[in-house]
Amino acid sequence: MTALADPLAPAPAAPAAARPVNRARRRAQILHHIVLIFGVLLMCGPMVVTFMSSTWDPVVIHSEGLQLGYGGKFLETYETVLLKGGGFTGEITGTLMLWNSVLLGLGFAIGKIVISMLAAYAIVYFRFPFASLAFWVIFATLLLPLEVRILPSYEVVQRLGMLNSWSGLILPLIASATATFFFRQFFRSIPDELLEAARIDGAGPFRFFVDILAPLSKTMMAAIFIIMFVVGWNQYLWPALMTTDESMFTIVRGIRQILQVWIGANIPDYNQALALAILAMAPPALVVLVFQRMFIKGLVETEK
Amino acid sequence: MTVTLDAAANAAANAAVNAPASAPANAPVIAAAAAPAASAEPTLVIDGAVKRYPNGAVAVRGVTIEVGQGELVVFVGPSGCGKSTLLRMVAGLEDITEGEIRIAGRRVNEVEPAERDIAMVFQNYALYPHMTVRQNLAYGLKNRGTDKAEIARKVAEAAAMLQIEDFLDRKPSQLSGGQRQRVAMGRCIVRDPSLFLFDEPLSNLDARLRTQMRLEIRKLQRRLKVSAIYVTHDQVEAMTLADRIVVLNGGQVEQVGAPSEVYARPASTFVAAFIGAPAMNLIPAELAGGALRIGAEAVPFAAPPAGMAPGFVTLGLRPEKARVVPQAERAGGLPFTLDAVEELGASRLLHGRAAGADVVTAADAALPIPQGPLALHADPADLHFFDAVTGTRL
Ligand SMILES: Nc1ncnc2c1ncn2[C@@H]1O[C@H](COP(=O)(O)OP(=O)(O)O)[C@@H](O)[C@H]1O
Ligand SMILES: [Mg+2]
Repeated sequence: MTALADPLAPAPAAPAAARPVNRARRRAQILHHIVLIFGVLLMCGPMVVTFMSSTWDPVVIHSEGLQLGYGGKFLETYETVLLKGGGFTGEITGTLMLWNSVLLGLGFAIGKIVISMLAAYAIVYFRFPFASLAFWVIFATLLLPLEVRILPSYEVVQRLGMLNSWSGLILPLIASATATFFFRQFFRSIPDELLEAARIDGAGPFRFFVDILAPLSKTMMAAIFIIMFVVGWNQYLWPALMTTDESMFTIVRGIRQILQVWIGANIPDYNQALALAILAMAPPALVVLVFQRMFIKGLVETEK
Repeated sequence: MTVTLDAAANAAANAAVNAPASAPANAPVIAAAAAPAASAEPTLVIDGAVKRYPNGAVAVRGVTIEVGQGELVVFVGPSGCGKSTLLRMVAGLEDITEGEIRIAGRRVNEVEPAERDIAMVFQNYALYPHMTVRQNLAYGLKNRGTDKAEIARKVAEAAAMLQIEDFLDRKPSQLSGGQRQRVAMGRCIVRDPSLFLFDEPLSNLDARLRTQMRLEIRKLQRRLKVSAIYVTHDQVEAMTLADRIVVLNGGQVEQVGAPSEVYARPASTFVAAFIGAPAMNLIPAELAGGALRIGAEAVPFAAPPAGMAPGFVTLGLRPEKARVVPQAERAGGLPFTLDAVEELGASRLLHGRAAGADVVTAADAALPIPQGPLALHADPADLHFFDAVTGTRL
């Protein structure tokens, strides 16, 4: 807050005049902080409750409800969740599911970036018949989300014999109208002279893409990577349909699965389910935290 | 300074350029005449070039120009007259609808920009923002497969020439406008092209820097003895830089000539109004009965030139050639009413009316502003006559 307020501070005026201004500003700051703290509580409260509860014995959770204090069983619970085989086959661990989610998230995000950059490159920089029609057709697919076309998609993947494979899980999802649109807008904002200078410098279409367009798109790629990684990570319906092999389960699916299977005992392992939920939430949150600066840069700043 | 022109360049030019490294640098570079050798093959020939854009707009309507060895030709004209289009056709960035362009005797209509042996400075510099200055300079050479040591040597040489050595590891965003301008020129120099192309390279700079860079471009071009085309809408830039000026209007050439020639004998009212500031006074007049008339009044200080047919003409008179004097001091002038005075420092502009026409005159600011009833005088030799309809010089 102070960092924000300081550059705006008026040049040192007469001290008498400055004082009421300072007081007004202080009051505004306090108000701002109250609003911000409220927002933080709203966002973090459920996470904290989930985490705290996951460190308690399931019996306590069952009888006394969710906990706000630390229960002392952090290590046992998380060790069990991460390393103990579970599921129908008894072979799937939390670590494996996390790894699967990372694979899906990465494949999903990287695939989308590659495909949509190439598509946008073709649309913006190459003159071919019906280029803008092609773009709008791609754009129109936004009207057909996965849920709408899930049956035909399943059919196609199944016919190709790609069920229970990573390629079957990832490839059908990586065409992205949204990312193509973002890259198209970005490429269009790059001055034509840059392409012309590169042409004079002897860069062909491939060199221009690799040496100039791709490095310039770095922040844009980071922004899209974050969004798409989180989207990929959170996929539920599609992996549930495409993979029946438990060794390919993602963590988002695993939460439900584990709760369901382990319900055999008298008291469900609430603590483990909650721990899984925390594990499922942490990596996307980390990605956002780490890439946050680039993300914002990608959206607001242009290095041209 | 060992700038080697391409094989196509003639031997004489090569001999001059390859002189001992220090000599050209010490020589009085501005004084060294460009003097395009008449016998040398022109670096560039534009032969009947026409550009029709896909939307039907015709930006260039049959232009024929030659640029000699080591010559700096300025394309000047108002915005939208097709200067950039013509330059970009030379660079290979626009297709040529009709006509032919030859660089060093080779037809280049179908040749890729990189293969044309040209280099270009863009208005917004078009530096690669993610590369350091060094990488910017080296990029073209790298793409040509020049070896590393050679690239390093050329970059160092160009950087020294442009005094940008200290910025070689900065990104363009960390440079001032003038420094970016130098980098853009450096990118051209390292390529040793036979033709430099400049598209309004100074228009993003402030007035002072513009004057300074203008001079530097001039010196540099002289020093490298590379032919160059310089596009601008600023007639001052054109006058100060050019060996020859090409005045363009509506996609056509109005006049080609040395700056002094274009100034002294404008070929049309368009050129007359465009070259020189303040612009030449253009006054509708009539040649009748052996006298020159403006409206109803005979112009006492000018008789129609011998052999000129009677009829309507446009009379041209440069403000700096017109004098406003109190009627009491000198007889025979055209009555002049002073409306406004503009001070320019060294000189002042007197705006007024004479015989119903608006007239601007420039006078030395050291002289007092004339008072009382005034009259306009001019030397008959300073009058220009243009066809009233076509605007061409008579
Ligand atoms: N890509 C284009 N498509 C259609 N018309 C164009 C295009 N580029 C320029 N023009 C037109 O061609 C004319 C000359 O443009 P230009 O060469 O840029 O002028 P200048 O550089 O002299 O200001 C203008 O009338 C302009 O509108
Ligand atoms: Mg232009």
